[in-house]
Amino acid sequence: MSTRVELHRLDAVVVGGGGAGLAAAVYLARQPGIRTGVISKLYPTRSHTGTAQGGVGAALGNCDPEGDSWEWHMFDTVKGSDYLADQDAVEILCREAIEVVYELEHMGLPFSRTVDGRIAQRRFGGHALNFGEKPSRRACYAADRTGHMILQTLYQQCIRQNVEFYDEYQVVDLLVEENCCKGVVAIEIATGVLHVFQAKAVLFATGGWGRMFEITSNAVTLTGDAPALVWRRGLPLEDMEFFQIHPTGIYKLGILITEGVRGEGGVLRNSEGERFMEVYAPTMKDLASRDVVSRAIYLEVKQGRGIGGKAYVNLDATHLGRELIEEKLPDVADFCRTYIGIDPAIDPMPVQPTAHYAMGGLPTDPDGRLLADADGSIVDGLYAAGECACVSVHGANRLGTNSLLDLLVFGRRAGLHMGVFAAGSDYAALPDDPTGPAIEALERIRNGKGDRAVVIRDEMQAAMTEHVSVFREEPGLAEAVAKIEELRQRFRGVKIDDTSEKFNLDLVEAFELGCLLDCAYATATAARNRTESRGAHYREDFQGRNDQEWLKHTFQKLREGDKVEFSYRQATITRFEPKERVY
Amino acid sequence: MRVRFDIKRYDPEKDEAPYFQNYEVELGETDRVLDGLNEIRWRQDGTLTFRRSCEHGICGSDAMRINGRNRLACKTLIREVGRRVRIEPLLGFPVVRDLVVDQQRFFQDYRSVLPFLVNDDPPPPRERLQSPEARRRFDDTTKCILCAACTTACPSAWGNDSFLGPAAIVQAHRFIFDTRDHATVERLARLAGRCGVWACRTAYNCTMACPREIQVTRAIAEVKRAALLGGP
Ligand SMILES: Cc1cc2nc3c(=O)[nH]c(=O)nc-3n(C[C@H](O)[C@H](O)[C@H](O)COP(=O)(O)OP(=O)(O)OC[C@H]3O[C@@H](n4cnc5c(N)ncnc54)[C@H](O)[C@@H]3O)c2cc1C
Ligand code: SF4
Ligand code: FES
Repeated sequence: MSTRVELHRLDAVVVGGGGAGLAAAVYLARQPGIRTGVISKLYPTRSHTGTAQGGVGAALGNCDPEGDSWEWHMFDTVKGSDYLADQDAVEILCREAIEVVYELEHMGLPFSRTVDGRIAQRRFGGHALNFGEKPSRRACYAADRTGHMILQTLYQQCIRQNVEFYDEYQVVDLLVEENCCKGVVAIEIATGVLHVFQAKAVLFATGGWGRMFEITSNAVTLTGDAPALVWRRGLPLEDMEFFQIHPTGIYKLGILITEGVRGEGGVLRNSEGERFMEVYAPTMKDLASRDVVSRAIYLEVKQGRGIGGKAYVNLDATHLGRELIEEKLPDVADFCRTYIGIDPAIDPMPVQPTAHYAMGGLPTDPDGRLLADADGSIVDGLYAAGECACVSVHGANRLGTNSLLDLLVFGRRAGLHMGVFAAGSDYAALPDDPTGPAIEALERIRNGKGDRAVVIRDEMQAAMTEHVSVFREEPGLAEAVAKIEELRQRFRGVKIDDTSEKFNLDLVEAFELGCLLDCAYATATAARNRTESRGAHYREDFQGRNDQEWLKHTFQKLREGDKVEFSYRQATITRFEPKERVY
Repeated sequence: MRVRFDIKRYDPEKDEAPYFQNYEVELGETDRVLDGLNEIRWRQDGTLTFRRSCEHGICGSDAMRINGRNRLACKTLIREVGRRVRIEPLLGFPVVRDLVVDQQRFFQDYRSVLPFLVNDDPPPPRERLQSPEARRRFDDTTKCILCAACTTACPSAWGNDSFLGPAAIVQAHRFIFDTRDHATVERLARLAGRCGVWACRTAYNCTMACPREIQVTRAIAEVKRAALLGGP
């Protein structure tokens, strides 16, 4: 292995070039005297934010005669979260939504437009007018490539502001001692050289970890690197049991069909042709929140009403007309033509639930600062934003359009805070041997003699899909935890073929599998620990929400010998007392 | 069915020259070429190297030459290519390893056309207004995912290192025809020379290569016209 190590010193380092990382970088770059670098394992424009289709939520009120208000948006978000979201943070999210969306427009984002030239908005699941009365048009969109346009626009602004990029560098270790962050270690993929980035402030914005599951809307590169690296350093993860399974992925492939299809009027039908969501959610119907719709699909399939007896239902958009589909949902139409050979203007789309979004992750305060503990103490200089962070604004279930919003609002807040923090502090001294642990971990992979990574990965995905998905219960969860423990042991001997320094994807992927195993372990143990049902976490053996005992966030730390230690933090309630949740 | 992959391989650290290596993979008609490459990498030969991420044609990582045409491996199904697939890296850029090419120049050219909205007027408290018709004017070019399939299919770009290439022009088009942008003159100045639109010989290869079905040649023609007229 290359023994060369390069050292960099930057005021602020952003790890991740997706929406969250770039939002932070744009606002960091606006602060004079702060040298910022963005480290990303992918070219930033290839980040998964680019695949987000449907829209970003903000109560602009451009398309409903009743107007809209951030308070209704806040209510929907809290209700969607099954009352677990922290309401102080949700208030920030929904109030600042309006400003960040206008700012994006000013930066050049090509939103679709209404006839009077305003930002166009469409319906989305769980978003309603007047505290749940009827569906609202709140999702601001750019056709069905809203995420692509957000990512492009932020990247363009970073270029304009001369942000430094370290493209195709993968962070493999976090340097943190006594709750003080000192920097990160990264491997330059093209050369295999290790780089130490010493920084006053570090932001993790590495996205999700849907690759724990077999069927997912997530890219192969969404492997939970940041949560894993932080967890290994003895710091906590929050609410990992809450993982969103989106109702409509393309059957067998998992490629997402945006909720925007239902927002535009598409409906779900079972083998009898029935619009079954009318039974499960009389008011919001197909636009009920995602946990509700995914469970409904599973139940339909279980009761024999899957199409042709298989594990999928139909998403019918044939009545919307070709013109609307080509204008507002062109990419969805393209996916259908390319991958399943159907035309959504003529044929219904075969869909099944697909693993989609991590509600949990790295616990932060509303400025993106990492929490060192459930008591709220802070890690100096360490931040997180975007899907890998848990503020928590999504609680037990995220509403559509609120993730793009989350990364804009909290990416910006983190960037602003980091700039001020970096301006007022010095570089902390690096640890004695900053690359030691990273080299050890990579060398172990290079010298492994056990299973191929793919074998371990397949077994992990099978266990998570079988036992830790939409429906969960004790014997299965125990089995999953035991399985992941075993796989973590086997991973210590994982074997790769490639011995090159240059562009060693074999090494990188094996490293990523290690991260996924950490995320899977945290998810399965937390799911087993929470003995109630809330939002996306549904226990067949503990049906029903239990606010008496469980209106609280899970914090979990990894201890010696793979022990997981739990503690809890009460959910913050400000405006909306928990109520029963009906759609 | 058994599909045979003939893949051009090259590791500058080890190999004197590129060579083809064959693999056989069991795949279905509706599997992607990328699924085949993954199968090879994961189960047969972990040294095979290529870029990929989203696996559904949106991130722009896996443009490569598939049976002689530039395509995304994740957007090409086995039924389109049959039982024998030849895979090579994109032309025109140095090979880093196997199917991975060095795209620095591509991104440099992209940066040189001011690929960002320039409008320093104080913004209104709400959105700037833009009619749906004005928005439609540049809709097509906002779809670009910077995959480089067009630029590396372009005979003018192969023959002329200083040509910015179709992708950079597509990016410029997206701003030139946006009513909110104020940098048209500067942008056109960069595109008007021999390194810009006039190097284009209308070969149409770019339009054929684009996995997002962008009318690249038309966009270039529109920029040519704007360059002659001094504005959109
Ligand atoms: C198909 C799909 C559709 C969606 N649609 C919507 C929608 O309509 N509305 C909505 O609100 N939300 C939507 N979401 C959710 C939302 O898009 C994502 O949650 C969000 O984009 C995540 O952004 P991010 O910046 O946190 O991460 P990403 O965009 O995933 O970026 C992660 C970045 O981290 C980098 N990285 C990762 N690990 C490392 C490492 N070790 N070292 C260096 N760099 C690293 C990667 O290179 C990448 O740049 C959708 C999600 C999917 C998958
Ligand atoms: S114009 Fe098309 S082919 Fe060219 S870079 Fe953009 S998406 Fe790729
Ligand atoms: S892997 Fe993203 S475009 Fe093919």
